[in-house]
Amino acid sequence: MTDMMRLPEAAARRPAGLVAGGAQALMRLTDPPMRALQRLIGAARMPYVFLLPNLVFFGLFVFLPIAINIVFSMTGGTALYPAERPYVGAEQYARLLDCGSYLDPGSCQEDLFWRGVGNTLTFTVFQMVAMVLFSLGTALVLNRPIRARGFFRAVYFFPVLLSPVVVALIWKWILQRDGLLNAALTMAGGQKILFFVDPGWAMFWSVFVSVWAHMGFYTLILLAGLQAIPRDVYEAAEMDGTRPWRVFHRITLPLLWPNLLVVLVLVLIRSVQVFDEVFVLTGGGPGTATVMIVQYIYTTAFANQVQNFGLAGAASVLLGAVLFVLTMVQLFLTRRRSS
Amino acid sequence: MAGLELRGVRKDFGSVAVLKGIDLSIADGEFIVFVGPSGCGKSTLLRVIAGLETATAGDIHIDGAEVTRTAASDRGLAMVFQSYALYPHMSVHQNMSFALENMGVPKAEIARRVERAARMLRLTDYLHRKPGALSGGQRQRVAIGRAIVRDPKIFLFDEPLSNLDAELRVATRKELAALHAEIGGTMIYVTHDQVEAMTLADRIVVLNAGRIEQIGTPLDLYNRPANLFVAGFIGSPRMNLLPADAARMPRDNFLGDAVTVGIRPEHVQPCAEADADLTVQVDLVEQLGGETFLYTTALGCPGDLKVTIRIDGQSALARGDRLPVRLRREHLHLFDSAGLACRPDPIPARSHA
Amino acid sequence: MTGGLLRLLTLRRGGRGWHWTDVASYAYLAVGVLLMFGPVLWLVLSSFKTPSALLEFPPSLLPMAQAEVRVEGYPQPLPLFTVTMEDGSVRELAQVRRIGIAAQMVDPKEPAKTIRVPVDRRTPVRHLAFAVGNYTDPLTQFDFLRYLRNSLVVTVVATLITLLINSMAAYALSVYEFRGKSVAMLGVIGTLMIPITIILAPVYLVVTKLGFVDSLWAVILPGAATPTGVFLLRQYMLTIPRDLIEAARMDKASEWRIYARIVMPLSLPALAVLAIFSVMWRWNDFLWPLAVLTKTEVHTLPIALNAFQGELQTQWHYLLAMTVVTLLPVALVFAFLQRFITSGIANTGMK
Repeated sequence: MTDMMRLPEAAARRPAGLVAGGAQALMRLTDPPMRALQRLIGAARMPYVFLLPNLVFFGLFVFLPIAINIVFSMTGGTALYPAERPYVGAEQYARLLDCGSYLDPGSCQEDLFWRGVGNTLTFTVFQMVAMVLFSLGTALVLNRPIRARGFFRAVYFFPVLLSPVVVALIWKWILQRDGLLNAALTMAGGQKILFFVDPGWAMFWSVFVSVWAHMGFYTLILLAGLQAIPRDVYEAAEMDGTRPWRVFHRITLPLLWPNLLVVLVLVLIRSVQVFDEVFVLTGGGPGTATVMIVQYIYTTAFANQVQNFGLAGAASVLLGAVLFVLTMVQLFLTRRRSS
Repeated sequence: MAGLELRGVRKDFGSVAVLKGIDLSIADGEFIVFVGPSGCGKSTLLRVIAGLETATAGDIHIDGAEVTRTAASDRGLAMVFQSYALYPHMSVHQNMSFALENMGVPKAEIARRVERAARMLRLTDYLHRKPGALSGGQRQRVAIGRAIVRDPKIFLFDEPLSNLDAELRVATRKELAALHAEIGGTMIYVTHDQVEAMTLADRIVVLNAGRIEQIGTPLDLYNRPANLFVAGFIGSPRMNLLPADAARMPRDNFLGDAVTVGIRPEHVQPCAEADADLTVQVDLVEQLGGETFLYTTALGCPGDLKVTIRIDGQSALARGDRLPVRLRREHLHLFDSAGLACRPDPIPARSHA
Repeated sequence: MTGGLLRLLTLRRGGRGWHWTDVASYAYLAVGVLLMFGPVLWLVLSSFKTPSALLEFPPSLLPMAQAEVRVEGYPQPLPLFTVTMEDGSVRELAQVRRIGIAAQMVDPKEPAKTIRVPVDRRTPVRHLAFAVGNYTDPLTQFDFLRYLRNSLVVTVVATLITLLINSMAAYALSVYEFRGKSVAMLGVIGTLMIPITIILAPVYLVVTKLGFVDSLWAVILPGAATPTGVFLLRQYMLTIPRDLIEAARMDKASEWRIYARIVMPLSLPALAVLAIFSVMWRWNDFLWPLAVLTKTEVHTLPIALNAFQGELQTQWHYLLAMTVVTLLPVALVFAFLQRFITSGIANTGMK
């Protein structure tokens, strides 16, 4: 934390002058009323005043919506206002969960939801394996005494900042029928592949593009973990004549494990919510091969002819329950890491 | 400038009582020093006076007005913090004018006051520096200047010299004394250093475990400690405290019912064998040139009875030498079984609980 | 072999000359640079190609355009080709028209005489040409400037609001002890677990009720209070010495003034980190704006891009150029604040 705070000083100074000017003007405006307010209610109640705006925002845009969502999930009809929606009990949930066999989405009443669940699971498994392998490998290489480490770290990190739409469009352009990749394939003597027509390829590229866009972030976390391992531990191991594999297995991995665990859970949480890149890249296609849960919720609530807020609400509540559990796990792990 | 009155002030942190009933009356213009071992509650008492902590019970009056529940910012007091608490992002000038701006003092008046305080504290050349670019002594003076420009009812100092090195501490101590003489405000000063207390105070308040042990002028405390705690706390090296029957002194009417006899090192005098109250063996000799300290063990007494002796000038004594000494009768301090001083004249002792 | 690979995984080698693992590391990194930068570079290069050049297969690396010449007697400029004549000589000829497998061509130096050439004997003369029109046309033909402005407004206003209200809450939660503080903290932690993805429809309802649908406020307000921001700032404010705040109180400063004049200036580094995060979040925001901004006038750049790419006849030359423009500010910010951003993210574990 402190290290991060030291760095920006030079960078922050120039805009700081501008900001300070604006802040001062704001101060002159806000000071008298706030002073009067403090005199009116007393200094002891001022913390509530400071807290109020944030709580209003949280209340309006998080807590209230959670309540409404639960109402949505237990009511039917197409009306947006909860008061105009008839109570249906657990019907929406029953409809979501109504399946002949859970292994076959086709046998479900709400088959798109189950295809979304299946696709999201597939995506999550592959994404987790690929993300951890690549970010760990890159972090290990970047942790070696290499020249221009900052540059390479920046190269891997750069896509993290890009808009998911931009990321998807970049790759869509490369993967299109007459794109760069197919040109390379034909030049190598192969055949053109229609990547977005084949379900397997569509899923592969969905995972690939997500890993491409986000691995820099996880690499950074793992690299920070690696650099926190004291050098003398390695030197001691070297003095003991430890073989490289044992060093990795018995020293690097256990000492990195807390960071690795956090990365695993973070990837998991974000994979379950995946939407942006895949939606722009494949549109959920071909057919329903890459429709994810969030896309199901989005289309059910907004994009379909009939906006079914009840069904979307029920799916959201189910997804929310999963995320809640995962976040609790993450908080538990981060707390354990920091203590 | 104003007086201060505390009545039965108590402060609890949860179940821990830090101040157990403080009664104190401070006159306008007085320099009062709170002294006591760490954890005695002296800083808490200062913060309660400042309004940074709220008293659990009792009341506080400044200038006759009740301020027990008044917020710190409305009490009209200024405080110099142990850490100085200078605003690191503001220049010396801004640090000193911040409070005046808060009070809505006109710009010209602010400039005049800051100028004057800066001159008084030799800070004129540093007004545009940030605190980070100042030495420890200069920062300390800025902290004092920040208080002076306010022209507060009472100045509060929370161990202001403890972050300075020894030499600077002595110099700043003298400056503070001169400052008090010049501006003459009411000042309350917290320290654990008894030299600071002795040199600066008009009156010293000795605190121990949340109670006032004694209030008095520095010499009063030195010459007439009200109890064993004050006797042991004030004075360096410490007063010798001996069991009443250790010395060869007539019990009868002289010692009365005293259990402990106290005698300061300078009042233990080498003498002829025949006049001796005690015979001691020298353990250690500290030659300071102008004076000499002898750390000795009394012979013929049960236990390991240590006696410290101060001799003017230099001494030829060495470790292992035996020395008959006499305790000067007129400087004996007698304490009863409760630890209170036995004196013919009544002396205000502990504050009642 | 495996031993060597494992050495690559484990050792932090000193500067003891080149080991093959060093070579392997740099090779890995070189591939990485190609894979991470290549696609972006390809996008930028492609964005300067003319529509016809974009349709070429296999595509050329650099944006090329066929050279054209004006020939006396022909009103239109004619495309220029290099032609291998039957006698083996090579000439540069302009093409008048193409008939089947033969092309009617003319030498620019002898405009009067036409020559028939089989099409497979000629190759186009090409030169580097940047189709700047891809960038300038959207400014006039579409509401590109409006999308850009919308994105800017959303990013700037939302970031300012975020900084203000989050720092106020962080200040309350770091400096004061008050009844209900732990409940407030719990509430903030609670919101950490609720991504907008799962409350899409109800937030839409709230926004509708507030009358914000199809206005930029619908995008700006819901995400303005962020638990991550509150935590980041609170953590930093906790490191500000309590003495400073008490000194300000003794200096008769009001609580608001302590916040504005003492705590905020001292929290500038943390505020900068949050500002950068917020700019990134807002500039790239997609799902929520997609749900709530239905009218094109209020589209932000990502939404506009998505709408544009979904059209039946995707005009890739414009789309690519607009993608570059969307990417550019982030790239610039990153170039200047790279170390700051990466260390900020490494230290907070969020993005």
